[in-house]
Amino acid sequence: MSEMTNSSLDRRTLLRRAAAVGLVAAPGVSLLSACAGSDDSGDTKQATGTKSADNPLGIDPKAGVEIVIFDGGLGTKYATDVDTPLFNKKWPDAKITYSATQQVSTTIKPRLNAGSPPDMINNSGSDIMDFGAIVKAGQAADLTDLFAAPSLDVAGKTVAETLVPGAVQQGTYGGKPYAVNYNFTVFGLWYNKKLFEKNNWTVPTTWADFTALLDKIKAAGITPFGYAGANAPYYMVRAIMTSAAKIGTEQVLKDIDNLKPGAWTNDAVLQAAKAWGEVGTKYVDKSFLGLKHTEVQLQHNQDKVAFYPCGSWLENEQAASTPAGFEYAMMPVPSVTAADKLPATAINAAAGEIYFAAAKGKNPQGGKEYLRTMLSKEAALEFTKLTKSLTVVAGAADGVTISPGLTSANDALSKAGPDVFVGYLFDTWYKKLDDASREAANQLMFKGGDAQKFCDTMEAASQAVAKDSSIAKFPRS
Amino acid sequence: MRHGKYPFIIGFLVVPLALYLVFVVGAYLQMFQLSFTDWSGFGGFHYVGFDNFVKLMEDPVFWIALRHNLYILIAMPIVTIAIALFFAFLLNVGGKSRGGTTQGVRGSKAYRIIFFFPQLLALAIVAVIFGRVFGPDRSGMLNGLFPDSWSPWLFLADERWALLCIAVVLIWQQIGFYVVLFSAGMGSIGQEIYEAAALDGATKVTLFFRITLPLLWDTLQVAWVYLGIAAFDLFALVNIMSVNKGGPNNATQVLSYQIYLNAFQNSQAGYASAIGVVLFFLTLTFAALTLRVTRRDAVA
Repeated sequence: MSEMTNSSLDRRTLLRRAAAVGLVAAPGVSLLSACAGSDDSGDTKQATGTKSADNPLGIDPKAGVEIVIFDGGLGTKYATDVDTPLFNKKWPDAKITYSATQQVSTTIKPRLNAGSPPDMINNSGSDIMDFGAIVKAGQAADLTDLFAAPSLDVAGKTVAETLVPGAVQQGTYGGKPYAVNYNFTVFGLWYNKKLFEKNNWTVPTTWADFTALLDKIKAAGITPFGYAGANAPYYMVRAIMTSAAKIGTEQVLKDIDNLKPGAWTNDAVLQAAKAWGEVGTKYVDKSFLGLKHTEVQLQHNQDKVAFYPCGSWLENEQAASTPAGFEYAMMPVPSVTAADKLPATAINAAAGEIYFAAAKGKNPQGGKEYLRTMLSKEAALEFTKLTKSLTVVAGAADGVTISPGLTSANDALSKAGPDVFVGYLFDTWYKKLDDASREAANQLMFKGGDAQKFCDTMEAASQAVAKDSSIAKFPRS
Repeated sequence: MRHGKYPFIIGFLVVPLALYLVFVVGAYLQMFQLSFTDWSGFGGFHYVGFDNFVKLMEDPVFWIALRHNLYILIAMPIVTIAIALFFAFLLNVGGKSRGGTTQGVRGSKAYRIIFFFPQLLALAIVAVIFGRVFGPDRSGMLNGLFPDSWSPWLFLADERWALLCIAVVLIWQQIGFYVVLFSAGMGSIGQEIYEAAALDGATKVTLFFRITLPLLWDTLQVAWVYLGIAAFDLFALVNIMSVNKGGPNNATQVLSYQIYLNAFQNSQAGYASAIGVVLFFLTLTFAALTLRVTRRDAVA
């Protein structure tokens, strides 16, 4: 018996001592602090060369450039097979060191903090780094000289002049451009063109026509509308915000981005939330709250869901599971009221997918030159061919037929004419507000459609961010 | 060769101790330091005193997360230990006595291996699998088993049941280990004690409560502390299984996930460290309390 008591005492003492030094406590936290530390190592030698007409950014022709590409929906072929060869055609002695990752934050953040980042970084994916924080920490290079430099293959124009309106503005933080948002995305409601033709369903432009069509679709035994509540409610946020902008112009969204008091309780937001809340209560399958985007998109492909709010990457993302009888097409979000300030054809199209040059790398100018290569017309066209996504290089893919979904998006873009708006930026600027909007959208669409509650919740969240001095603020005009 | 003992021991200890100091103690010290800063996760920082902790007290989500951790802390160990004890008892002394010795139910060796299986799977894989088991439409395993006339249960998408679903998975995953742990404990209880009790006419129930349980007390205590610490974690399950980041409507929010969101998504590493400090003290208090409250001085 005494033996047993002894061993038990040992075990208890051991456990207590282990707990005392924290062996067993609070897992996970230690990981986080592991990457704090040295931050002022910007004095490493950076490569430079002499500026000339042929070398407007003044790069060192012999210095290597390290690039990191996010390996996601767009693939990496555009970098390895298009951009890098194009770069090396002009600068044969500059060695490009390429790597791809799906864990951008995990692989890049420690290198930024250690002062030895890659020169050009594609910040994207679910493990994306908070770009506002990167800018605030002085880790992103100022791209003013890149946008002012002459375009690589459009004679007589600067890089900025070859881009679609708003492209530079979207990478601008506190008055200076720090990011190239390369991919140009058109947002709308996606449907199967063949299914609609078969049933003689026509594309609605007013809200009354829209809900009438949703009724017809429901009667045909198809879920009229859906999005994935588990991981992609921000697609729905986009749709609600688009409606709000159409009702009250883009100023509504600018006020929201500027965290202006009363921006969310604005009448335009309330009307938009009311209209969508009704769609949520009547036409959405409740189980979608627990589904992921891949699952809802698959049901869309199987004609079990009619309308899906998304960006123009959808067609490429679903390429492998799209059956023969399915042809992607998109329509603009219909007008909510007859008094909407923007026309029914108005659409939200925005530059996305951040590429930036690291300020504290070995060769920031080389990183910028790589970006200049990507922004050439030739590289942009090849990118669109490979990824079925448009770029911010204006008109680069004009006259080239690539896929039905992309053609449809391009058509909507030309029909909208001047009524193309950038949308909102708060989701990348203020992550907490982004989270709040996702939850509020889920509540609105799946839990009874209370529009006033949606506005009040978001107003409170927005004001909480405005008051929090630890969050860097970005004004928008 | 008495003087040769210490270099020998030190030789064994120096590497693990150095690793421990650098990657555990060092990281903790830095966490404490960072909790008093406004560090975003990039670049430099300023010291802000107790600001992060004040903010924490006023953050409703923090309190929701804390409450969920406490629910799990109370319910999960009790249920896990009860079930594991029951199975372990069946496997060891639950069967017919043969030739005067008690033994487990038939096939108990095979069961012991089967019970341990979940422990061999990575928690992430368990989470993905159960995500499908709890699928909210007909493609979900449980909903697929229900009769067609029922409308599908939402499980993880229903804020009333979401946390329970996650707790069930955790219990399912943990039980195997504790069945084995308790079995080992029961194995060391002498057969002659059971025999003596059986001769005196004790039933299976009496055997369990009067003999097995008291003699297993130390093992139970250890199990309780381990399970409590697991209840403070929950990160992997919530990260993979929860609807909309600890939702719906924060129904599955827990402290470890709040640390993750604030540190890696919201760029508020200082604030996340403050939550880490709170979690550290909570776990420590829990372990100390458990060991003290359940202490039983040797009866024999």
